[in-house]
Amino acid sequence: MSTALETPPEGLEPQGPEKAVPDKAPAGRGTVVLRRFLRDRTALAGAVVLLLLFLLAFAGPYVTPWSYSHIDYTALRAAPSADHWWGTNRIGQDVFAQTVRGLQKSLVIGLLVAVLATGLASLVGACAGYFGGWTDRLLMFFVDLLLVFPSFLVIAIISPRLRSGGWFAFVGLLAVFGWMITARVVRSMTLSLKEREFVRAARFMGVGPFRIIWRHILPNIASFLIIDATIQVGGAVMSETALSYFGFGVQPPDVSLGTLIASGTSAAVTYPWMFFFAAGLLVLFVLAVNLVGDGLRDALDPTARRGTR
Amino acid sequence: MSTTPLLEVAGLDVDFDGRPAVRELGLTLRRGEVLGLVGESGSGKSATALAVLGLLPGNAAVRGSVRLDGTELLGLPERELTRIRGRRVSMVFQDPLSAFTPVYRLGDQIAEAVRAHQDVSRERAAERAVELLDLVGIPEPALRARSFPHEFSGGMRQRAMIAMAMANDPDLILADEPTTALDVTIQAQVLDVLRTARQATGAALLLVSHDLGVIAGTADRVAVMRDGRVVEQGTVDDVFRRPREPYTRELLAAVPRLDATRRPRPGSGEPVLRVRGLTRTFPVLKGTAFRRRVGTVYAVDGVDLEVRRGETLALVGESGSGKSTTLFELLELARPEGGSIELFGQQPGTLGKAAARALRRRIQIVFQDPMASLDPRMPVGDIVAEPLRTQGAGRAAAGRRVRELLAQVGLDPADAERYPHEFSGGQRQRIGIARALSVEPELLVLDEPVSALDVSVQAGVLELLQRLKDELGLAYLFVSHDLSVVRNIADRVSVMYLGRTVEAGPVDEVFAAPRHPYTQALLSAVPLPDPELERKRTRILLAGDPPSPTRRYEGCRFRGRCPLYAELAEQERKRCAVDVPVFEGDGVACHFPRVRSVV
Repeated sequence: MSTALETPPEGLEPQGPEKAVPDKAPAGRGTVVLRRFLRDRTALAGAVVLLLLFLLAFAGPYVTPWSYSHIDYTALRAAPSADHWWGTNRIGQDVFAQTVRGLQKSLVIGLLVAVLATGLASLVGACAGYFGGWTDRLLMFFVDLLLVFPSFLVIAIISPRLRSGGWFAFVGLLAVFGWMITARVVRSMTLSLKEREFVRAARFMGVGPFRIIWRHILPNIASFLIIDATIQVGGAVMSETALSYFGFGVQPPDVSLGTLIASGTSAAVTYPWMFFFAAGLLVLFVLAVNLVGDGLRDALDPTARRGTR
Repeated sequence: MSTTPLLEVAGLDVDFDGRPAVRELGLTLRRGEVLGLVGESGSGKSATALAVLGLLPGNAAVRGSVRLDGTELLGLPERELTRIRGRRVSMVFQDPLSAFTPVYRLGDQIAEAVRAHQDVSRERAAERAVELLDLVGIPEPALRARSFPHEFSGGMRQRAMIAMAMANDPDLILADEPTTALDVTIQAQVLDVLRTARQATGAALLLVSHDLGVIAGTADRVAVMRDGRVVEQGTVDDVFRRPREPYTRELLAAVPRLDATRRPRPGSGEPVLRVRGLTRTFPVLKGTAFRRRVGTVYAVDGVDLEVRRGETLALVGESGSGKSTTLFELLELARPEGGSIELFGQQPGTLGKAAARALRRRIQIVFQDPMASLDPRMPVGDIVAEPLRTQGAGRAAAGRRVRELLAQVGLDPADAERYPHEFSGGQRQRIGIARALSVEPELLVLDEPVSALDVSVQAGVLELLQRLKDELGLAYLFVSHDLSVVRNIADRVSVMYLGRTVEAGPVDEVFAAPRHPYTQALLSAVPLPDPELERKRTRILLAGDPPSPTRRYEGCRFRGRCPLYAELAEQERKRCAVDVPVFEGDGVACHFPRVRSVV
């Protein structure tokens, strides 16, 4: 027996009292969470709305004869009609074509920025908290440095140079300047989780540090991360607008929901179709993301009242 | 002397948010009497005690009658209740740290209690506070009265709490689990102080406890509670000797006893674990920006252990004795700071990655708190499979194994998809055991595996551990502060004091004939759930608290509290002061070992 060192752990014959054991492996965390999520009707509704928004954004341009940049001189500020479904704007561009084009941009920017920023924050924060020592000091120094930089100014300076990289580079920039505070919070949450016995138990089992972070730490701060990400979605769409207004980010003739709302605000009362379609879609988008986020949070948190039903 | 009982509770119902906690409870307490209220967690003992004082939180609804000397307390306006609290009825809480205000000096807090009910000058109240502290056996009371609560140890704080409860010569003292958070030797001290307090004030005592041993030794009458009802009430002798209710009988049968007669079966052959002179220190740091070392905590300072195949070694010691540090040192599988560790003939810390991983499989741990040691966001199946997956088992193989394991520890294999919070404490501990067993370890380290559980649940888990050991031929390193549990599961025992092993040997020999004075004191402090035996036993009360581990000690580190040292001749004392007693094999680290039977 003392030579059992090389015994592979697969030698797992049943021991002890034999009981009728079904063959199917029990569902893992992924399956259980998915099942709980699918049981949550509001979250499912949110997911469906999100899906429909994507459908509208990417299939929309093909169903309308108008392109977002085409100018119809025969219809300036025209109300919605069979010709222009959602009307036209000041210079005769089709509002439907523009809105779906803007939706495309905003959906991708909003979701990508949220996922990237929260992902970066959780990676850096959890590593700093978990490893401690010099890793912690260096990472937190870097975070503080980024916090001190006026991010708007940096984006303003860099973004013209990144124009060739398209707006994906712009997404990266927005994400890079939106994760620091979250990272600090994640770090402090990790510090307290690290002392918990189940993390210690995993360490004594020989689970690697990154796997512990992924498997034990992040799920236990998931509620915070999800809330943070849903807030980031709305925030990213709006800060993109602000930057676009100053001439960075999405540039005319290209449009985003943000630029559409910005240009339509003044006409909201007189020509409501220029404003309300874009604004309504943005609200719908953020709402759907929030519903999905809530559902995901409840699905991950076994003590949540919903989902256990 | 009136014939009305001091406290009469009748038809008491307590609901928390509509959920019943106490039902139709009736109790009577005569002057000067000690009534033990015993029951498992959730039986409504604490709710009863708090209801008497009207201290229940706002979401509680109380009905029935609580009469103190014939006066109805329920429904009394807050102002009049305030006059009764502290003056006629006082309370001793379980956690004395949260019962004191951390920012005021203890003497001032006790003086405040005096001045709240008596019209005396500030100076007189301060004097009284010092008198009270002296009465509860706090050394240098005048000096200690000026300390803050955090500067006191747990036992000292509980003494101060009792002093505060005595401040106004109450008629009734309510003690809610007064010794649960304390070590046995400190528990013995505090129970002694409680006795003194009763003699000094003549107060009746309502002692709430889950520990039948404490009740047996202290109470005159006992009431057994279950699910909010009193199931049995009577004198201690009657209830303990001739329990009428099946529940009381079960409860008494489930309590592990120090005077059990189980024969240990020490293992033979090669030791799976051998530890020699293990040491571990922690720096004491000061400052935030520039941290500097201002001292050293000698957490483990000379531990010797030996566990053979198929046996259970119990590691016993009070809190702060370095038990947990020893365990964590073993499980880190790193090179120890001092001394040597040998696991299955190998020295951890010298091994390569693959060998270390293989070694990991052979040693697994079960933690004390089954809630904290299971990831609350992971389904049970994944939790149990984690060590397996870490060792490289496939998903399907691990899944099959999880179902077997759950069945093996007495759970339903279908539970694999549920989360830990859906299980009770005992079931969670079974999950913890299943997880540890998943990789077929040969040595299982059990860190106080049953101390967070109720006695009836405890019995089930201990039985499971015993069965698994027989079936799988495991070796256990069982860490516990509860000597009664140790007597019932261990084959050999190793006693630690202040980071050092002081005595080891087969459990029946050590318990029947302890040689080290510390072991004797420890054993004598454990209460037996038998009132008659309890009254006959003599307690060896140790003076004071364990000394600080931040100091290095010359000679024997126990001599400051050693009852034997006090009896020694001058010449012999010198040896204790200079020579460090050396521990070897199954022996004792004492220069003048004398057998003394204490159980």
